[in-house]
Amino acid sequence: MHWIILPVILPALLAPLIAFAMRHDITLARTASVAGTALLLAIALGLAVLAADGTTHVYRLGDWPAPFGIVLVLDRLSALMVLLTSSLALVVLIHAITTGWDAKGRHFHALFQFQLMGICGAFLTGDIFNLFVFFEVLLIASYGLMIHSGGKDRMRAGLQYVVMNLAGSTLFLFALGTLYASTGTLNIADLAVRIPEIPIGEAALVRVAVILLLIVFAVKAALFPVQFWLPATYANAPAPVAALFAIMTKVGAYAILRIHTTAFGPGSPGTEDLAATWLFPAAIMTIALGAFGVLGARRLMPLIAFSVVGSMGTLLVAVAAFSPTATTAALYYMVHSTFAAACLFLVADLVVTRRGTDTLRPKPPTVQNGLFAALFFAAAIAMAGMPPLSGFLGKLLVLDALREPGFIGWAWTAILVGSLLTIVGFARAGSILFWKATATTGSATDAGAMVALPPPATTGQVAPVMLALAGLAALAVFAGPVTAYLGATSAQLFDRQGYVDAVLSPVEER
Amino acid sequence: MEIIVASSIGVLTAGGVYLLLRLRTFPVILGLALMSYAVNVFLFASGRLAVDQSPILSRYGEATYTDPLPQALVLTAIVISFGMTAVLVMIGLGAFLEADSDRIDIEPEDDDAENERSA
Repeated sequence: MHWIILPVILPALLAPLIAFAMRHDITLARTASVAGTALLLAIALGLAVLAADGTTHVYRLGDWPAPFGIVLVLDRLSALMVLLTSSLALVVLIHAITTGWDAKGRHFHALFQFQLMGICGAFLTGDIFNLFVFFEVLLIASYGLMIHSGGKDRMRAGLQYVVMNLAGSTLFLFALGTLYASTGTLNIADLAVRIPEIPIGEAALVRVAVILLLIVFAVKAALFPVQFWLPATYANAPAPVAALFAIMTKVGAYAILRIHTTAFGPGSPGTEDLAATWLFPAAIMTIALGAFGVLGARRLMPLIAFSVVGSMGTLLVAVAAFSPTATTAALYYMVHSTFAAACLFLVADLVVTRRGTDTLRPKPPTVQNGLFAALFFAAAIAMAGMPPLSGFLGKLLVLDALREPGFIGWAWTAILVGSLLTIVGFARAGSILFWKATATTGSATDAGAMVALPPPATTGQVAPVMLALAGLAALAVFAGPVTAYLGATSAQLFDRQGYVDAVLSPVEER
Repeated sequence: MEIIVASSIGVLTAGGVYLLLRLRTFPVILGLALMSYAVNVFLFASGRLAVDQSPILSRYGEATYTDPLPQALVLTAIVISFGMTAVLVMIGLGAFLEADSDRIDIEPEDDDAENERSA
């Protein structure tokens, strides 16, 4: 069973090949990159089928048994995340190629593949130190992608992003050191065995490690109070990269789900209360912050970035309940918000490249005003959580899962008011961009200085947005089967014993 | 021994955090380097402190040994932090050359200037 390591190996082999052998031929690099990503999608589908029966598959690197060697673990959650990554990557890649973003700088495709390698690895690994290594792989690729095609603002925002994440990585290592010193292992399954044995009186050091890890993952997931890097980063990154980064915040959310449920979660007297206690208020604040950001943004890209912050808050409110029902809702919302955010960034890219600026001010309409207005409208209602797209169902599931007395007041208020503010913010942005545009035709004479109207979007440039929107619609139409699958996924996530047995089972003789 | 290791980690981290908060590229890079040194020593110490012992099991006799895993972790961490520092220096240099300023924080953008230009 070598299938499990393929999502890591394939991009890892393809990336240097593209960087060394195809760097002078953009067509060849594009073909290889698309073929590789399509193959990755096929592999991810295969893995999802493999994991769908509910067994936890384990891949021992070098065939060393679990607590001693590094393992990759494939269960429903990992398979889902890898599938989500590869389908998003294909959509984003098509957009980057058809709009020509990939040719505006060097090594876009190589960095893109390295990024996929890091993300897939982070989703598959069963060892926390290995998770750190894959985090670094995906981060170093994201640094390159973030400053792709350069420019003053982008370089400065990129520098901020790098410094923030390097500080986060240092904190991650402090957390790992503390964890290893207090438990003697970094394997997630082995931790799940040892942590519950620690009584609350002796758990001080482990609790420090748990909180440090939570902070590190919160930085990745853009959770209050460490969310401040996200708006500047996403707003200044090239739009396809910002769309791909929609999955990066989910890596943080996944890590919280995996580590803080399987290793430190329910059933460990020393640590079970920590993540839930801190995550919930932080997530509520994140929702509020995202909503106010959307309302107050004066440019389109920061507006979308703040809506991403808000969606991460909604996602983590559901995660913070640490119950199977709430986790099902969180997973559904995670799939939805990944595509919704990516879709918004792609539409915004099409609009902004034609308007010339992303400032929210009325300007004469550019080509295909109606088409872009419709696409923006669809993407915005998905993100804000209005019917008929999946955002509505996602938020409904989250609200439904948080009906316990401890959650209902704060969570319902934050999500409902936050959604309302987000809707207002998006409505304002949309009407300035598209409606007021048609009203200011008088000033089009000023624009006479503009030599020619920008070219209309080709089918290839609109197709990725359509694909993402179709994905969201399908997610809403097939919500029944999808939630059934996600329910099984979260049940498997909370079945700690099954995970431990699968990973730590003795190696059969061959 | 313990007091030396613990205080050196503490001093390195404190210095690193102070430099990190300077918000100019050069001190920030130095601060991150100091913090990575601190974390490397910290990881090394997480397998307990043992002097003059090899990190391998001895087949001959009852020789004690020190935990080899933190040494492997430190090696990985050193390689990664070294590479990351190099990337950071390059990006910092690029940002300085583009923006002609080495400040890390971005001042609030000037919306009015933008309005003047496009109006």
